[in-house]
Amino acid sequence: MVDVASETPVRRISNAYQNWYRFSRNPTAVIGALIVTLVVLAAILAPWITPYPEHVGAVVNFRARHLPPSAEYWFGTDNVGRDIFTRVIFGLRISLLLALVVLGTAVPIGTMLGLLAGYFGGWVEIVIMRLTDIALAIPPLVMALAVTAVLSPDLVNSMLAIAALWWTWHTRLIYSITRQLRTQEFVEAAETLGASKFHILFREILPNCVSALSVKTSLDAGFVILVGASLSFLGLGIQPPTPDLGTMVASGSAFLPDYWWESVLPGCAILVVALGFNLLGDGLRDLFDVEDVR
Amino acid sequence: MTARPMLELVGLSKHFPVRSPFGRITGAVRAVDTVSLTIPRGGVYGLAGESGSGKSTIARMIMGLTRPTAGDILLDGENITGQAGTRAYGRKVQMVFQNPGSSLNPRRTIGQSIAVPLEAHAYPRAGRAARIGELLDMVQLPADFARRYPHELSGGQKQRVAIARALAVAPKLIVLDEPTSALDVSVQARLIDLLVDLGRQLELTYLFISHDLSLMRNFAEEVGVLYLGRIVETGPTASVFEHPAHDYTRLLLASVPVISAEEEAMRPRIELIDGEIPTAEKLLARRQASHLPQDP
Amino acid sequence: MSEALLSVRDLSVEFVTYGQTNKVLRGVSLDVPAHSQVALVGESGSGKSVTMKAIMGLLRSPPARITGGQLLYDGRDLQTLPHRERLKLRGTSMSMVFQDPMSSLNPVFTIGDQMGTILKYADRRLGRVRSGRERQARVQEVLSQVRMREPERVARSYPIMLSGGMRQRVLIAMALLSEPRLLIADEPGTALDVTTQAQILKLLKDLVEARGLALMMITHNLGVVRETSSYVYVMNKGVVVEHGPTAELFAAPRDAYTQALIAAVPRLTGGTRFGRREAIP
Repeated sequence: MVDVASETPVRRISNAYQNWYRFSRNPTAVIGALIVTLVVLAAILAPWITPYPEHVGAVVNFRARHLPPSAEYWFGTDNVGRDIFTRVIFGLRISLLLALVVLGTAVPIGTMLGLLAGYFGGWVEIVIMRLTDIALAIPPLVMALAVTAVLSPDLVNSMLAIAALWWTWHTRLIYSITRQLRTQEFVEAAETLGASKFHILFREILPNCVSALSVKTSLDAGFVILVGASLSFLGLGIQPPTPDLGTMVASGSAFLPDYWWESVLPGCAILVVALGFNLLGDGLRDLFDVEDVR
Repeated sequence: MTARPMLELVGLSKHFPVRSPFGRITGAVRAVDTVSLTIPRGGVYGLAGESGSGKSTIARMIMGLTRPTAGDILLDGENITGQAGTRAYGRKVQMVFQNPGSSLNPRRTIGQSIAVPLEAHAYPRAGRAARIGELLDMVQLPADFARRYPHELSGGQKQRVAIARALAVAPKLIVLDEPTSALDVSVQARLIDLLVDLGRQLELTYLFISHDLSLMRNFAEEVGVLYLGRIVETGPTASVFEHPAHDYTRLLLASVPVISAEEEAMRPRIELIDGEIPTAEKLLARRQASHLPQDP
Repeated sequence: MSEALLSVRDLSVEFVTYGQTNKVLRGVSLDVPAHSQVALVGESGSGKSVTMKAIMGLLRSPPARITGGQLLYDGRDLQTLPHRERLKLRGTSMSMVFQDPMSSLNPVFTIGDQMGTILKYADRRLGRVRSGRERQARVQEVLSQVRMREPERVARSYPIMLSGGMRQRVLIAMALLSEPRLLIADEPGTALDVTTQAQILKLLKDLVEARGLALMMITHNLGVVRETSSYVYVMNKGVVVEHGPTAELFAAPRDAYTQALIAAVPRLTGGTRFGRREAIP
């Protein structure tokens, strides 16, 4: 005997449809998603969509040096005659790789530590959270400067340096969410039903962190790219001739203001990528209705 | 047939320490103060009280979520006070929480939520889906609800799911912590119907915690009235309601909003103090004062 | 019928969400005569809160849209009234007692500050002039009307320093500040303990009777209806299904929904039989 109909019926509007509806009416989110998609596609397809893929390496063509933007060279050429547009598109690859690797290590580590500290409390919480406080006190850029100064200035080391500090933000975020969820009745219910700690952490609490995590990660991608570009600008990141946006801004800045395109256009590329991730993050925040995420 | 009770609380107490600003323990709040009660197998015991009476703390101690300061909890004759939190424990006692909105994980389907106790107690994987369907059927929900998420359900339906989840491990005792206080009255009536039917079919024992005396009158066989951590009056429901002995019970009964003249006639009369219905503290203080010997 | 203080005529409201239209009120009519206590009772989704919000002009549009009907207050049509005129009525001649004593008060201001501010704006809308001292005197006068024993101390308190029952009294006092003729009470006391709720309901009833106010009580609790109101409208799914004097209607409901609703209420005298019952339409 099944009898549900008489109770207040809840209209089934699918979650996906609701989300899509709200997303499509949120211009910030749509623009952000569009920029990010374009950037990612451009980076992946770089060898096929760029006019001079061979200009990625140490090509020298003095007859074409310092040419202003034109139909032939969209973003102009640099001091050794390479196409800047090609190098910007390839530069996106490095920036995205940086974001992927840094966040790919920092997010799982930070999430894990946050879950443990928030759920278990006691000395686990004290150890993890004090460690987090210490790490938070060091600015990532200073840390990266120190690491690359001690080791050698290259991409791997700068990624290492940034990742070594970035997890703290995620630990903090997940810690505060877990603390709130720990006393929720559904978590207590799982405890009284005999569920394992593993189950409670990863099946009950973690799924409720996903929306906040995706907002945070999207916002962070923009920041990591900015920090990476700053390092390269200072000569501590990716070494030439590999095309990197920060390095290009730095080397182009020597020829300001006459050959402005050599530094300004790669700079604009950094701006657009960082903006795209930020808009997407803000849009996701509105969509998921998560607060307290920077 | 033995006369062994299903649940017995013996002198159960919970004191929360009060600390000075420097962290020194300066005293204790007696949230629960030497509470003793007995529920026979298949019985329904109602624990009535307002906020701060300690009724939720008692539920949490029975569930093993809070450790008692003193006293024993005997389940089916076995002392389970020390077993709190173990898996064997969860098999015997289950709880239905007050708030249907937060007792189910919003990110997991109904089926996944009901599967939690099955997984925890190693129910054979192959039979789980069928068992979930069976449990949903027991609470009169269609089997395809297993694929839905909590936000697609009404409050009453969520509470049914919470009951199904509690039944999954075939517990002996179910603690009902204000299971209907967030529901509409017609939905409440149908949920209580369900609990009564399930109780008869499965010979369940209920500890029913509520502030709703009208509901308690019709659901519980025995009641205990809790005030500031102590049971001030206990007995068969009908006799406590018809002949309340303690002032606090009388005040509680007098405060219930009723819908008929018969009920109104049954409510005790409480003397107004300064034109107002007195608070419990005031009423009890006055009673104490009147018992004191007069000055010569 | 036209002598009613508040009269709702054939009110229809729909909500547009996610591109779908829901008719939440379908031709609701009700009257609140001056000096009378009327209750609007219904379960969640019945439309009682929407009706109340439409009267107070609190419906957000979008998603809500009034598609038909009239709201008459003191013979004037609220919907065609200029915005300024309508603001003059709200919080002054028709006043509202809110449900949640915690979230309806701002935690960072004292009770006296908050009530003083409300009074200041009410005065400004009505073109009255009052000094700060006069306002505080009025605040304390109203606080003592809701039987607060030490109105000066209460006025100096922050919301967190008061118990739930005291906060609910403050909310009632706030509604009384500008000498209203109609009080609209939205589930007062439901968040409180039974004994405190009983005190609040008695206070509200005494105040309304002593001052000759009209009361419109919005609630889901049939007991509260009987304690406070002499006339009742029962709503279900956006329609008034039945109305009449409270005692008569509760004793002999005619509508099938009302009958099932009343049968579902557990009785203090016992005898409500649970288990295997008829479904409620």
